[in-house]
Amino acid sequence: MKKVFERPKSLKDTPSHFCPGCHSGLIHRLVAEAIDYFKIQERTIGVASVGCSVFLYNYLDVDVIEAPHGRAPAVCTGIKRVRKQNIVFTIQGDGDLAAIGTSEIIHTANRGENITVIFINNAVYGMTGGQMAPTTLLGQRTTTSPYGRDVQQEGYPVRMVELLSGLEGSAFIARAAVNKPANLMKAKKLIRRAFEMQINNMGFSMVEVLSACPTNWGLKPLEANRRVEEEMIPCFPLGVFKEKIQGSEDSRG
Amino acid sequence: MTKVAKKGKIAILKEICKGCGLCVDVCSQGILGLGDEMNSKGYYFSRINSEKNCTGCAVCAEMCPDLAIEVWRKSNISGNSRK
Amino acid sequence: MLKKVFIKGNEAIARAAVDAGCRYYFGYPITPQSDIPEYLSKVLPKLGGEFIQAESEIASINMLMGASAAGARSMTSSSGPGISLKQEGLSYMAGSELPGVVVNVARCGPGLGGIAPSQAEYFQATKGGGHGDYRLIVLAPESGQEMYDLTFKAFDLADKYRNPAMILADGMLGQMKEPVLLQPPRKMDLPDKDWVLSGAKGRPQNIIKSLYLGDKELERHTWQLWEKYQRMKKEDVMFEAREIKDARLIIAAFGSCARIAKSTLRQARAEGLKVGLIRPITLFPFPEEIFRQASIDTKMFLTIEMNTGQMVEDVRLSVSPGTVVYFYGRPPGAGSLPSPDEILREIKKVYEPSSE
Repeated sequence: MKKVFERPKSLKDTPSHFCPGCHSGLIHRLVAEAIDYFKIQERTIGVASVGCSVFLYNYLDVDVIEAPHGRAPAVCTGIKRVRKQNIVFTIQGDGDLAAIGTSEIIHTANRGENITVIFINNAVYGMTGGQMAPTTLLGQRTTTSPYGRDVQQEGYPVRMVELLSGLEGSAFIARAAVNKPANLMKAKKLIRRAFEMQINNMGFSMVEVLSACPTNWGLKPLEANRRVEEEMIPCFPLGVFKEKIQGSEDSRG
Repeated sequence: MTKVAKKGKIAILKEICKGCGLCVDVCSQGILGLGDEMNSKGYYFSRINSEKNCTGCAVCAEMCPDLAIEVWRKSNISGNSRK
Repeated sequence: MLKKVFIKGNEAIARAAVDAGCRYYFGYPITPQSDIPEYLSKVLPKLGGEFIQAESEIASINMLMGASAAGARSMTSSSGPGISLKQEGLSYMAGSELPGVVVNVARCGPGLGGIAPSQAEYFQATKGGGHGDYRLIVLAPESGQEMYDLTFKAFDLADKYRNPAMILADGMLGQMKEPVLLQPPRKMDLPDKDWVLSGAKGRPQNIIKSLYLGDKELERHTWQLWEKYQRMKKEDVMFEAREIKDARLIIAAFGSCARIAKSTLRQARAEGLKVGLIRPITLFPFPEEIFRQASIDTKMFLTIEMNTGQMVEDVRLSVSPGTVVYFYGRPPGAGSLPSPDEILREIKKVYEPSSE
């Protein structure tokens, strides 16, 4: 018999700190698979953000720097401008990217920085204990929206993919989920495509991946997966929202 | 704990498994279940109930957030390829 | 190729950065330092470098952090309010042991304050500024020439210690035109940057971080930083001392204030007053030793600052027991630059003829 499933080479053999049923481990693996697929491990530089994603260097066997909260796209910019031959990416959560780092992500996308952002959206602040995030769903109870997110009080969930795909500088913007095998396979392709865009010098690429946070949602892993399907995906629709074609007028590749 | 089936076989790395059950949910053959045995971290890890129906499709491993499942498949059988 | 040019202090800083091998600049416009980004936006792209006008001071310090982690000499510059925004990044850079040069052409605060020269950021610059137990290397020029020389030096010191270095100037020094000799000082022998992020080819991954969660890990790391600061105090203190040997009173002042006080010094000596001057050039590491030595014989010090009293605390901590340290300050703002006569009057208030 032949082994048909193996740990990607660029993913370290370290047990993760993620909670049971959290999708972050899956998403890290998909990033590692993309790095292996393009054989770019030795020229990839990762930027860790603040939140559950901070231990990037424990999992991805590439050079890594830790950025301040929300600033990963600016740190990526600095690295990429110095080292254009390297592949630069970050994994950011929703608090990091869509709240405190809104300015950095918008302007990095707008400049068309040739970097790749993997945006894990679990609609909650995970590391700090389940507080309301900019992407928290309407009615969703969190430790700081104990009565459920209320439009009058807290406004609507922010849709970063829709926002960023409206900027001329962005090259590839997509949203995926990993809550079931079919979605996971699509997510795998989209993450690979995002890195491919960078390799082809196409400019800014981002894939938002919807993720379950069973611990802070107060749900069992399978219930959390159902919530992704039934509540998150209707609010954050999946698909490719922006894709520049290589050689076209608006592409740099 | 590694069980050989006709078409495929899997192994659960019980010390890595966190017992989330995502693999149990996606197995089309229903061969997985959460056990009543705890690993050293206190998780009730996944276990193989009826290995003989395993097709080696690897969907359980794909869905495992912790890479706690190893999969083998007979090479002449076309299954759900990862590629 | 030695060239003497008549330029603004801000341009002297920009030219020094280029001569020191800095090819990456990230900044945001703010008066009175905008000549620096303006100059570099013209020059850097032609040299194969990069100039980015960032969306904020916060983004620019983080771009600096990235460029520095990638191994490049890089710089950002700003003034008061913008420097406040950079404190987060500076804390991370110090914690992650990343070099980088930050220029503060200081203006007044608190708040929007004003654009006149100020020395009110002495505490912020020398005592950390951001969160955590760290220090910046802080260099305080007093002339266009020093804007050039010390900027060059700042790059070397930042690389030597893997620590951010700050040029603490002010609007007067930045906007004043003076002759500057563009002669790069001798570069220090610097260690190889084997820690940079370049892709882990043929070596284990490099990790640049400031998060230490393990038992006693952070304490160990913080003491290591402390040892670095102690080494700075031993190896890289800079100051200027004038006529301190026979002085009855020594003026302590830095930057623009020291420059004004030098005029006072000439006047005082002409009137027969035995006055000397110590001008710290490195505000961190502070020249503690010269203050200790000088105060063995001279028991009267007068600290002059454009604030309500900041460096005076370090002077008081450094002098020998039994030394009186007076303070005269003008909080910054339009029209509040102290004049040489004004400083002389302050000297005369405390100066009594010796009993000899």
